[in-house]
Amino acid sequence: MSKDNQILEELTSKEYEHGWSVDYEADEAPAGLNEDIIRWISAKKEEPEWLLDWRLKAFRTWQNMSEPEWANVHYPKVDFQALKYYSAPKQAKKPKNLDEVDPELIAIYERLGISLNEQKRLQGIAVDAVLDSVSVATTFKDTLGKLGIIFCSFSEAVKEHPELVKKYLGSVVPMTDNYYAALNSAVFSDGSFCYIPKGVRCPMELSTYFRINAANTGQFERTLIVADESSYVSYLEGCTAPQRDENQLHAAVVEIYAASHAEVKYSTVQNWFPGDKEGKGGIFNFVTKRGICAGDHSKISWTQVETGSAVTWKYPSCILKGDYSIGEFYSVAVTNNYQQADTGTKMIHIGKNTKSRIVSKGISAGKSQNSYRGQVQVMKRADNARNFSQCDSLLMGDRCGAHTFPYIDINNPTAKVEHEATTSKIGEDQIFYCNQRGIATEDAVALIVNGYAKEVLNQLPMEFAVEAQKLLALTLEGSVG
Amino acid sequence: MLSIKNLHASIEGNEILRGINLEVKAGEVHAIMGPNGSGKSTLASVLAGREEYEVTEGEVIFQGKDLLELAPEDRAREGVFLAFQYPVEIPGVSSTNFLRTALNQVREYRGLEPLDAVKFLSLMKEKMALVEIDQKLLSRSLNEGFSGGEKKRNEIFQMAMLEPTLSILDETDSGLDIDALRIVSNGVNKLKSDKTATIVVTHYQRLLDYIVPDYVHVLYKGRIVKSGTKELALELEEKGYDWIKEEVDSAATV
Repeated sequence: MSKDNQILEELTSKEYEHGWSVDYEADEAPAGLNEDIIRWISAKKEEPEWLLDWRLKAFRTWQNMSEPEWANVHYPKVDFQALKYYSAPKQAKKPKNLDEVDPELIAIYERLGISLNEQKRLQGIAVDAVLDSVSVATTFKDTLGKLGIIFCSFSEAVKEHPELVKKYLGSVVPMTDNYYAALNSAVFSDGSFCYIPKGVRCPMELSTYFRINAANTGQFERTLIVADESSYVSYLEGCTAPQRDENQLHAAVVEIYAASHAEVKYSTVQNWFPGDKEGKGGIFNFVTKRGICAGDHSKISWTQVETGSAVTWKYPSCILKGDYSIGEFYSVAVTNNYQQADTGTKMIHIGKNTKSRIVSKGISAGKSQNSYRGQVQVMKRADNARNFSQCDSLLMGDRCGAHTFPYIDINNPTAKVEHEATTSKIGEDQIFYCNQRGIATEDAVALIVNGYAKEVLNQLPMEFAVEAQKLLALTLEGSVG
Repeated sequence: MLSIKNLHASIEGNEILRGINLEVKAGEVHAIMGPNGSGKSTLASVLAGREEYEVTEGEVIFQGKDLLELAPEDRAREGVFLAFQYPVEIPGVSSTNFLRTALNQVREYRGLEPLDAVKFLSLMKEKMALVEIDQKLLSRSLNEGFSGGEKKRNEIFQMAMLEPTLSILDETDSGLDIDALRIVSNGVNKLKSDKTATIVVTHYQRLLDYIVPDYVHVLYKGRIVKSGTKELALELEEKGYDWIKEEVDSAATV
């Protein structure tokens, strides 16, 4: 075995940092999926009738759908009857503010490096912390409330702002959109809701932190962001899960609605447990994320750093309906060991003079498979639509794979669509050059990878960028061959 | 400072170095010359620790340490610097960021505190002036889109920043026009001291007009076949390498 391979083995066997779990008393639904379970969840959450009907309709549709098989990923079929669809830490009563939240739950987040204590936070980031199926705390609610910004858990929004939820829920990702979106619509338990009123620029980053703790539980959260006219919000999402031998299912839905002149920036650092180095365990991350630029001159920008999950199936997309609207997708997807990722975006140009930009950086190491799948569609009336796509792949070692599946569908002759793609390998020459300047191999790889992903990392809010850089380094240190 | 004894090295089973002996003391400049394929660059690479080369025999002692036992990064941290013949490009990584990472790892190895941003930048400024390099070059991605001359100048700048004990310049003159050659050589000369040593690997005598060697060695077929002072370089310039090849080859057949 060459020295490089040894380093590869050593470093890729590095353990997942967030693999611990905590025992707390949980309120769980029995395993299995049927209408009764859905009624049980809905009742547990004291939901109005219309929402239960909506769930049941989604469930009935889902039952007649079949799992998509077109993605370039292979995994054992999920036994939906073996899963539990609801698990919540037991709290004596619903906490009204942070002081009332069980300190044990707060401690879970502290351990993840997320302080829910508002005073402790230097920078203003409001956090909604979702543990398994429920939101345990949302910070800075009062500060935001003064500006008319609503930032709360999804369940709370259903109770407090039913008119908004009713209006926008499923408006971007219809309940019947796809297999996992339908499943999510039927059983979603919690998530975040955010509404930015007209003309308001949200003064702090809003953030949701998802954590799966319970075993044999699926996490199905739902996020809905509505940016009213001329408003702005930057939204962050982070996630981790304990290290478990069995696979766990995460099927989330995120919907973004941007009215005219509104701008939404959505950033994700996804670090679900990727499975061990033999490919055992890990999260199945089957997520539907979509935004609609409904109004003219609106803008939605997705930035994602995907380092975790055993299998990822995810295409954050933009529907560019408003004239002059802009969609952006910046992605770094890293796979190592036996991870598989099939990720990319869809840019649907409907309005005139719409623009989209796609920058995708795939990094594959170990025996992983990394696919970019992207669709650019220009509809008939989308005069002067522009798209620029750049898809780069970086390979480490000779046992991994990188694949690119671009789909381009143009129905208007004035469209201008550009697609660039490159594939490269981290060179031994680059590593040696760094070594010769005194830089250790694992730091050299981190340096080279971060350089490669820089264009995407630059899109992240400052402190997220730092976390993302560390994650990239952790996931890949020394994966050379 | 550096003592090479009977060094043999091969790549993919082909022996390139066949018994190199060389003593370098602090304060000295040694030039390694020789025709193409004689093993000059191999010697530089082996000293720096490039993995493709297998050392089959011999030893290299650098400041009392067995150099061949050390990983490439530790050799660098001990003070061995190689100015590459073909510096690689690292997209997205600025020279500044690269050097700061390097310098702080070297400092850590030597038990020194990392330099903070302010101190690092002022050190950069000082060294930039020394080797006449433009700040703009350093904010760009490392070597990406640099001209040949810019790459070489950047190598010397890195050398200035890292302050090595032993600098090995591998064909630093190749691809340089006369002005760049002068600037690069000036930089090297300014960095010389009685505590450091320099090994200049070159095909041509031209560079040695600027970086004047104390000793000149001719490498041929993996051995040092002739050593002398700078006059030897002038003689080579005038007569080429053929007479040495003949001398060696005829001696071998006797």
